[in-house]
Amino acid sequence: MNRTFFILAGLTALLLAYATYAALVLAPTEQTMGDVQRIFYYHAPSAWTAFLLFFINFIASVQYLVRPSETADRFAKWAAITIGVIACVAPFFIPLPAGIEPSAVATTGLAVPAAYLLIRKYFSDQGTDILALSSAEVGVVFCTIVLITGPLWARPVWGIWWTWDVRLTSTLVLWLIYVSYLMLRRFSTSGETPKLAAALAVFGALDMPLVYFSIWFFRTQHPQPVIGGGGSIDPRMLRVFALNCFAFTCYAGIIVWFRYRIERMRRDVEETEALEALLEPRGTKSGGSR
Amino acid sequence: MAANSSAQIAPIISIAGLIKHFGRFAALRGVAAEFFAGKIYAILGDNGAGKTTLLRSLAGLAQPTRGTIKILGGTPRQVCAELGYMAHPTLLYEEMSGMENLRYFGKLYGITDEKRCEELIRAVKLEPTLTRPVGQYSQGMRQRMSLARALLNNPKVLLLDEPFSNVDMRSGREMVELLTRLRTEGKTIFVVTHQASLLDGTADEFIWMDSGQIVTRTRTLAEGITNE
Amino acid sequence: MSKPSGIMRATLVKDLRLEWRSKDAINAMLFFALLVVVIFSFSFDPTAEESRHIAGGLIWVAFLFAAVVALNQTWARELRNQVLDGFRVSPAPPNALFLAKAFGNFIFVAVLEMLMAPLFVIFYNLRVIGSFPQLLLLVALGTWALVVNGTFFAAMSLRTRSREIMLPLLLFPISIPAIIGMVNGTTAILTGDDPALFWIVLLATYNLVFTTGSLLLFPTVLHAE
Repeated sequence: MNRTFFILAGLTALLLAYATYAALVLAPTEQTMGDVQRIFYYHAPSAWTAFLLFFINFIASVQYLVRPSETADRFAKWAAITIGVIACVAPFFIPLPAGIEPSAVATTGLAVPAAYLLIRKYFSDQGTDILALSSAEVGVVFCTIVLITGPLWARPVWGIWWTWDVRLTSTLVLWLIYVSYLMLRRFSTSGETPKLAAALAVFGALDMPLVYFSIWFFRTQHPQPVIGGGGSIDPRMLRVFALNCFAFTCYAGIIVWFRYRIERMRRDVEETEALEALLEPRGTKSGGSR
Repeated sequence: MAANSSAQIAPIISIAGLIKHFGRFAALRGVAAEFFAGKIYAILGDNGAGKTTLLRSLAGLAQPTRGTIKILGGTPRQVCAELGYMAHPTLLYEEMSGMENLRYFGKLYGITDEKRCEELIRAVKLEPTLTRPVGQYSQGMRQRMSLARALLNNPKVLLLDEPFSNVDMRSGREMVELLTRLRTEGKTIFVVTHQASLLDGTADEFIWMDSGQIVTRTRTLAEGITNE
Repeated sequence: MSKPSGIMRATLVKDLRLEWRSKDAINAMLFFALLVVVIFSFSFDPTAEESRHIAGGLIWVAFLFAAVVALNQTWARELRNQVLDGFRVSPAPPNALFLAKAFGNFIFVAVLEMLMAPLFVIFYNLRVIGSFPQLLLLVALGTWALVVNGTFFAAMSLRTRSREIMLPLLLFPISIPAIIGMVNGTTAILTGDDPALFWIVLLATYNLVFTTGSLLLFPTVLHAE
């Protein structure tokens, strides 16, 4: 386990280095924006990684909440599978907004049961909670990067640091929700903090579609700076972009794994201490809790 | 564990490997014990020994981090209608009178009988017609009112946290008498207390706790003190 | 055991009686909202025509902060003498407590709104150009949106250090879509510029989602010691 981890970490570092090199040197310079556009190879993969991690946090939290009850567990399992099936079938039959591919929706939808069943199978009670914690922590870091690099790019290109556009604003709200999640974990005095945190994570996930739609509608009523624009994308750019997405995902995976191991170790140490206290002969133990 | 005279009878409470963490603080570090019906158990120990956490776990208030508690064949939450819990704070609304408090808590147990509340108030030597809010009661009166609240649902297992604190000697003895009477009705009673002498000769067993564990169980108070 | 509805009613009556006797929540809440109204009026010209466009935001910010005061108060009452444990050891269903608290808070905040509305009208020279029944519906939905999550997160913040500051930290991020809905819907109706239907639907959806969510998760949160 230890060796695998370090080998994978090394490989990820190499991959990340090459991806950065590709983004800064190999990718062609964008015509209108110039070199500023290269921050995109950093910004967008970070966003993708953050969303992925928050998604994992949500799935792990649901799993943690339902696990004690057999009925709830079965219900959640079938709900996840149903979501997957609907997402695979429905997009091909109902009209979607322009620019959204049915196959993309289907792939995203399949991720729900896939992630759910994997986490359900391979993680213990404690494991799901530790996974939720570490993915939220790392997710907040990546989300922060997104929120910092976004304005850095927007200032030279749009002439403004920030606009209250749908994507920006919902990312900010998502960040706020997860910061409050981490604060809850930090400030909790309960012995059942994981349950409270999981409940908050579920509430946050329920909130996100509403956040998105409310901001979307709010903004369509008001004038907007023109964002993006047409034009074809150089396939080399796409390749570098995909490479960076992959590299960032690996990078996040390694960090979450590392964080997961540290947290697991910390809890194991605590438990061992408690158990050792049990084995000590009566009367000679130190009054640790006094 | 001390041998128990009624070991042949099935215990009504059994605790196995009970561990309770609050964050990084381990309040209980592996408690295993069995308790039998119709007895008074006194739980003794220094502050922070885990007495209150053990009682709260038995009451179903604190969920075990590890381990199991079986009371009357179920988990504490499942049999909560059979448990009576008196905490160190009074668990009473200060702005309401004693009767109003009992009436409200009675509803939570499905008890709508006014007479039951009045009887209880008399049993703890208070007056049901008292309209003063509980906030204006003396400490001893509050403590007795709090006991009445815990007895509301006629529980089979009674869990009392520091029932004698701030109560004068005479009221304390009266409470012990009441507990003895309740024991003859077959109730199992746990008393967490610092005033162990009040229960000397009354309690069937003394449970000594330290650092989140049960250190020893003795039949008499003196036995436990010499062991220390 | 009594029916859950009976327990809910008993708890609600008990809460209203306690509030009637102490008047802790309502007084603090009213004075707080009044302060917000007065202080806001210094940050811009309250009688200018364009101030109508921000009145919606203003009103809800005042109500939001006042609601937090009320929410903290109603649970603080359960913490004194740890009375909440008295509920938790009983076989009464946790959701009866949740609904009683949510209805109680709804009543407090609604009373506050009724008392504050005339003040806003006087201080900010407001009149409703859109449909008045729509405004009432919107306010009712918006208030429920605030109190349902507020009650839930107040129960959650009971298990944290610095409880009173944790409540807004947990509540506000989750409430953002509801706040957008309330503010924009109210402004739309006050100015009569835009239709408010979307916001009413949004708030109704929000309420449906989070009332269900709270009822499912409240027992877990209440017993998470």
